[in-house]
Formats: sequence, structure tokens, C-alpha cells
Amino acid sequence: MDTLQQSFRMAVKSIAGNKLRAFLTMLGIIIGVMALVILVSLVNGATSSVTDAIAALGSNTITVSIEDDKGKGVTLDELQEWAELPNVGEIAAQQSESSTTAKYDSNAESARLIGITSSYFRIQNMSVMLGRPLLTTDVENHSDVCVLNNTAATELIGYSDCLDEVISVNGHHFTVVGVLEENEDSLTSAFGIDTLEIYIPYSSLVRLSDSVSNNIETFYVSAAEGKTLEDAETAMTAVLYERFDEDEDAYELDTQDTLEETTASITSILTVLLGGIAAISLIVGGIGIMNIMLVTVTERTREIGIRKAIGASRGVILQQFLMESVLLCMFGCALGIFLSWSVLQAISVVVSSLGMTFDLDGKVVLIAVLFCFAIGVGFGLYPANKAAKMKPIDALHYGG
Amino acid sequence: MIAINNLSKIYQIGDEVVHALDHACLHVSPGEFVSIIGPSGSGKSTLMNIIGCLDVADEGEYLLDGTPIEDYSENELARIRNKKIGFVFQSFNLISKLTAEENVELPLIYQGVKKAERMERVQEALERVKLIKRSQHYPTELSGGQQQRVAIARAIVTRPSLILADEPTGNLDSHTTLEIMDIFHELHSQGNTIVLITHDDSVAAQAERRVNILDGKLTEVK
Repeated sequence: MDTLQQSFRMAVKSIAGNKLRAFLTMLGIIIGVMALVILVSLVNGATSSVTDAIAALGSNTITVSIEDDKGKGVTLDELQEWAELPNVGEIAAQQSESSTTAKYDSNAESARLIGITSSYFRIQNMSVMLGRPLLTTDVENHSDVCVLNNTAATELIGYSDCLDEVISVNGHHFTVVGVLEENEDSLTSAFGIDTLEIYIPYSSLVRLSDSVSNNIETFYVSAAEGKTLEDAETAMTAVLYERFDEDEDAYELDTQDTLEETTASITSILTVLLGGIAAISLIVGGIGIMNIMLVTVTERTREIGIRKAIGASRGVILQQFLMESVLLCMFGCALGIFLSWSVLQAISVVVSSLGMTFDLDGKVVLIAVLFCFAIGVGFGLYPANKAAKMKPIDALHYGG
Repeated sequence: MIAINNLSKIYQIGDEVVHALDHACLHVSPGEFVSIIGPSGSGKSTLMNIIGCLDVADEGEYLLDGTPIEDYSENELARIRNKKIGFVFQSFNLISKLTAEENVELPLIYQGVKKAERMERVQEALERVKLIKRSQHYPTELSGGQQQRVAIARAIVTRPSLILADEPTGNLDSHTTLEIMDIFHELHSQGNTIVLITHDDSVAAQAERRVNILDGKLTEVK
């Protein structure tokens, strides 16, 4: 214990006695630690804001895609039937035509025409700002009514308060019965793409479009109240399995969870990749430490000889030089972490408008500390062993 | 105390074989003050290294305190040096980054002596060489004589069986030489065994027994 304390004091004295050299040696470690901590923290910060955005899109729906209807398409009636299942809340069909031309007076805009059933807005957490949503009767009667999103209202008609105006899409006329509230958290607005969206009854779209038929290809399912999405998923899987003659490839169920999982796996790959690159720079820093430790050992050959003459064992000498290299690494690590923290604070201030915050990630800091310790030991071992192996007489008479 | 029988050490330098020690015999009893005198190249340093357990002989027998010093591992030799031998070198060999007190303390740390006892023994050793006032100074802040006194304090602090001095006055002026020799006399009178190696007749003459070394062979000076 006392030799450990003595080694520590000697290492501190040795480092303090050569501040510039110690700093330059540590620089490799400092830069390596900064690279590791900052890169990983940035990825983590960005990840959490992306994940938040995805979660805000509404993570309470299952998207069902029909890949192969086996000549027997899914109908609106069937959806209604499935909606009665326990665990299943509501089911909404949605189909769209992406490039239609909508006209109002002399104004023509390219818009996305979306055919929906009445429960669609509720499932997607969309609310009507003005007027009313589409109703079940609209779907049943193929009514010529539509609900616009705010972008469509302002760009096509010119103002939001446009109830009872009549627009024409591909030659068909629709009366505006509602305008949707702007959803800032939606995926489209998150990516800054504002499309004009015109929602019409599903049955009306079938009449209007060549590509959309009564056979539903995509529909959304929500969970019944008090039930989890997984419960609903299990129920839907069971009923679809039976409906499609036990062919699992005929349909696909997607939840927001899958999207979140994908994002998580992408970011964790990114973290490992960037962390790996940073680790390489730490190893380069470690080589710098080894280099300077070899110089130190040579410079202090005589001291090693004296210590051995008065009774220091190999282990004590090894410990002393190992202590010095580990201490160099740990000082470098501490400085690196402090600088990383400062840089992250600065970045957070600069990008605060984006609503992202970058904090020092505790796990990364721990990894950096452990990694630096391992480098101190790993790269210090060879020089320290070289010192420990010196023969006392040779060392004692070194350089006079 | 020291029993050396037929000790030989051979160096090969190029094609030439040098007998640094040639069947040397030496016996030193406890409490003796022996000086070994010889010109450079006579095998003094080799003998000193072997007596000091810094090196081992090729042939022959060396008993220190009745323990044969042969075929020991490096760490065992380190322990023997630490416990049984106190070195005093010509060039002092103090560690420049440590204070006088810390230099004296070092062998006790290696022995694993507790802090409180260490401090007590360091004070006692520094007192014996009359350097208590300088205990917090670094070697570079001390004169040659003072540095050598610190080295002597370091040698005696472990209460070794043997104090081994290699040209301890070689780097000192005549006045300081007297001071240092006085300390050796005092240590001798307190019952310490001292082996002093020198090429200086006047220093050697102060010992109670003198041994000559020439071409690796030892002869008593009557």
C-alpha cells in the first residue's frame, strides 16, 4: 500500500516536472476522448429527437397491407366486421392518388387525393379545425364532399375559412365541408414537406379513380380502449391468418414500434461505427504514451538503478512506471471529458432552435474512462517491464 | 559476517578473458571496519558488486550472515540488499526528485515498514548524520558533503548487517572527507560492520584492517 502511494506521488511529481511534455503526450488521449464522447453524444442527442418525432406521429395504430388478396379482395363490410372484434378499436381504410390536379376558379394545383373511411381522422389523431369530418353516411352515399388540409385550403382556395366552396378534381366537383388543423408533429411537416391533401369518402375515390377499387389494399387498426396495441395485433393476425387461407405472406402488419426499432438499430450501428473510429484515435494516443514512457524509462535508468540497489523489487519498479502511464492517460481522459462537455454545451446553444439538446452521455463517459485505463495499462506495460527488467549494476552505472 | 571463499568472476571482452576476481578469499567478522584498497582495474568494483549482492560470482562461495548468496532470483537479491546491506556510493546516488527525508525513507517503504515507525527511524538516521535541519531539502540544494551524509543516513536507516561504501570520499574535498570519515568512525564505534573500498591510502589507513586487491587477488596488509 505504501509503495502504491509512493508510486503515485512519484508519478505526479514526474508528470508535474515536465508539464509541456506531459500535455503534448496527453493531447492524443484528449483528442481521442473528445472524438469518442462528442460523436457518440451527438448521435444520441439526434436519436432522441428523431425518436420523439416518430413517437409524436401516433404510435397507436397498426398498418395492415394486403400483398395478395387471393382473388377475393377485402371489402369495407369486412373491415366493419373486424372492427367489432374484442381488443380491436376502430379500423379505417385509406387509399390515395398522389398526382391529381385540383382546381378552384382559375387556380390549379397538384394535390394528393385521399379516400378514407369515417374513422380515419380519429385513428390518425387528426382533428378538424373548421366544419365537420367525413361521416359514415358520406361513405355510404358516395357523397361529393371533401375535407382539406390547411395547406390545400390556403394554397388552392387562398384562405382557411373556405367551407361550402366547391373545388374540382379531375373533373369531379367536391364541396368543402371541413378544414383540418395543422399538425406540426406530423412526419411530413417534420421533414418540411407541405403537400396539398384532399380527403374524400373512400367510395367516391373508387368511382373517380382507375387504380383504386373496392378491394382495400391498406387499412389502419387501433386498439380497443384499455387494450394494448399488441392485443389488437394478435387479434388481427389471427383473423387475417384465417381469412387468407393460412398464408402468412398474403398480408403484413406494421406498427410504429417497428419504425422505432428500425431507427434504434440504425442509430446503434451509427454509435458503434463512430465510437469505433474514435477508439482508433485513442489507440493512436496510446502509442504516443508508450513512446514517451520509453523515453522516460531511458532518462531515469540511473534512478531505477538506485532504487534497485536499495532494495526495490521488479514489481515495485513495474508498478511505478505503470502508475505514471495510467495517470497520464487518466489526466488526459479527465481533460478530454471536460472539453467534450464544454463543446457539447456550446453545440446545444447553437442548435437550440432545432429543439435538440446534447448532454454528456454517462455510459460513453464510463466507456471512455475504462478505455483510457486499459490504454494506460496496455501501452504502459512494455516500457514499465523494460524498466523492471534492468540489471541493477548496468542501470546504476548508466551514463557515468 | 562475510565469508568469501575462492570467488572468481570472469569477463570476456572480445577475445580477451579478464579475471576480474581470481580465487579471492575474504572473511569479515561482525563489528569490523575493513578497507579494501587497490588501483583502478584491480577488480575492486567487481568485488563491491558481489559483496553488495548486485551481481553474482561465476565460481566460489559467498556467505553473508551465514546465508549463501548464490543462485538467488533477482527479487530475492533485492530483498537481501534491502535488509542486510547499506550502500554508500562515490556519486551519492540520491534520487533528485525526492527530498532528503524521502530519500532516507525509501528503503523502509520497500521493506513495508509502517508510516509512524518510518518517520521515527528517518529522524533518528538524519540525526546521526546531523542533517535534521535539511530534511526537507532536495539533493540539488545540498552540498556534496551533505548529500553524502543523506546517503549514509539512507544506508543506516534499515539497520543493515553491513555498510558497504564504494569510494565514499572520492568526490569530496579533504575537509569534507574528514567529516565523512568521522561519521564512519562513529558508526564503527557503535558496532556497525563497515567495508570501505577506496584507492586512497590515507582513507584506507583509517580502517582497523586493510586488504589489498590487485589483478583480482586479495592480500591482507599487515
